[in-house]
Amino acid sequence: MEERRKAIQDRIREEAKELLSKKAVDLIIGFGEWTLPLRTTPIFVRNPEGADHLIWNSFCENNLATYLHKFSHFKVGVVAKGCDARSIVALSLEKRFKPDQLYLIGVPCQRMVDRRRVKKAVKGEILHAHEQGDQIIAEGEDFRTELKRDDFLYPSCRVCTHRTPTQANVLVGDPVEESPLAEAHPEVKEFEKKSQEDRWRYFEKESNRCIRCYACREACPMCYCTECFVDSSNPKWIEKGFSASDLEFYHIIRAYHQAGRCSGCGACERACPMEIPLTYFTQKLNQDVKELFNFETGIDPEAPPPLSTYQTEDRQEFIK
Amino acid sequence: MANAIESNWEPKILAFLCNWCSYAGADLAGTSRIQYPPNIRVIRVPCSGRINPLFILKALQSGIDGVLVSGCHPGDCHYLSGNYIGRRKSATLKRFLEYLGFEEGRVQFSWVSAAEGGKFSQVVDEVTQDIKKLGPAKRFVKREDYRGPGAKGSSENPKNLNP
Repeated sequence: MEERRKAIQDRIREEAKELLSKKAVDLIIGFGEWTLPLRTTPIFVRNPEGADHLIWNSFCENNLATYLHKFSHFKVGVVAKGCDARSIVALSLEKRFKPDQLYLIGVPCQRMVDRRRVKKAVKGEILHAHEQGDQIIAEGEDFRTELKRDDFLYPSCRVCTHRTPTQANVLVGDPVEESPLAEAHPEVKEFEKKSQEDRWRYFEKESNRCIRCYACREACPMCYCTECFVDSSNPKWIEKGFSASDLEFYHIIRAYHQAGRCSGCGACERACPMEIPLTYFTQKLNQDVKELFNFETGIDPEAPPPLSTYQTEDRQEFIK
Repeated sequence: MANAIESNWEPKILAFLCNWCSYAGADLAGTSRIQYPPNIRVIRVPCSGRINPLFILKALQSGIDGVLVSGCHPGDCHYLSGNYIGRRKSATLKRFLEYLGFEEGRVQFSWVSAAEGGKFSQVVDEVTQDIKKLGPAKRFVKREDYRGPGAKGSSENPKNLNP
């Protein structure tokens, strides 16, 4: 495990160095060390020497596709996990980039560790954390806890079915074994079994904790509109303030706008300071899009986004 | 709901009708003197593909009890493919709303052609019956003073309180 991680990190640096010294790209977006434990930060490397700051571990949780919108006039290399790569494919379908503008350094992902669950599992404040084999070692002022890495994975990572990037220019590491599709979205299946009353109650409760910071929107690579519907003043779709209905409105539409575009990376959920389980919306939409239109985001770089196309034989039993 | 029936509550239903088929169908129902419930308020849209889910949600938020979206039959769209695109949007939206806990039948969809005045009245009849059975919309309707169960300061979720 440890060797594999190290090998991937070295390969990322090598690739980055080569690309930057050849001037094949203007910058590389990857992950770098950060001051807080259990976290990494996205870094933007512009010269070959900087490539040594690139790292790879179980805390590289951000979806780096989000940052591509800021570099639309550059040639960019991206360190891409399975989900990042799928988001990038989805964005390319929406003509966000010119062909050959991007270079994907694909990393077969070992699934990322949920920092919040680690924090909850230990007593006291974690001051330093690192990985050793398949253990996470969290250290604080007067404790040192060893935790099994695989017990603390992100929910979105646990159900991930495409961890190896499909469209990468180069893969740094051997492809990982993908879990079968039958296991995808177990939470959605569970939730669907609840009564309508309970489902509404849960939705109301969760969405009303929202503080409207829009971190979910900012973290999402697919939310790139210059004016979001929540910011529009004419027509004014939702008001300022914390009316229950407005919060629900925001969450329904934010999720709905991801239909057929969401790669299921879970960046929204990880960004949420109130820990609203946002993937329970998007996973349902992913499941429906798969069921209704047989489409999975980011797998086929030729298939048009499902809601911008149609088949004459689409299901319509719900229409009178 | 019992109260609603006693007080002669009548549902308010918003109908988005496409200009080329369903609106003309409604027109035909009118000129043919076909009776249908007066509960619908019609908004004419260029095409059923023009319906943005925002419209439907805004209607429900404003206190509308039911929404009907009606367009041309598949293959008859004035813009060739608008209703097919609309159909995909409707299918995902309907499933999504019901998943979240909206009552089944609050939002309904139909195909009505310009020649189907009879079908139009029948659809409106059915939709009105369905909504009457569901009762007045309570979920999602905007109430200024209502902050919801999970909101900050609500007793049900004290862990999110600021000290």
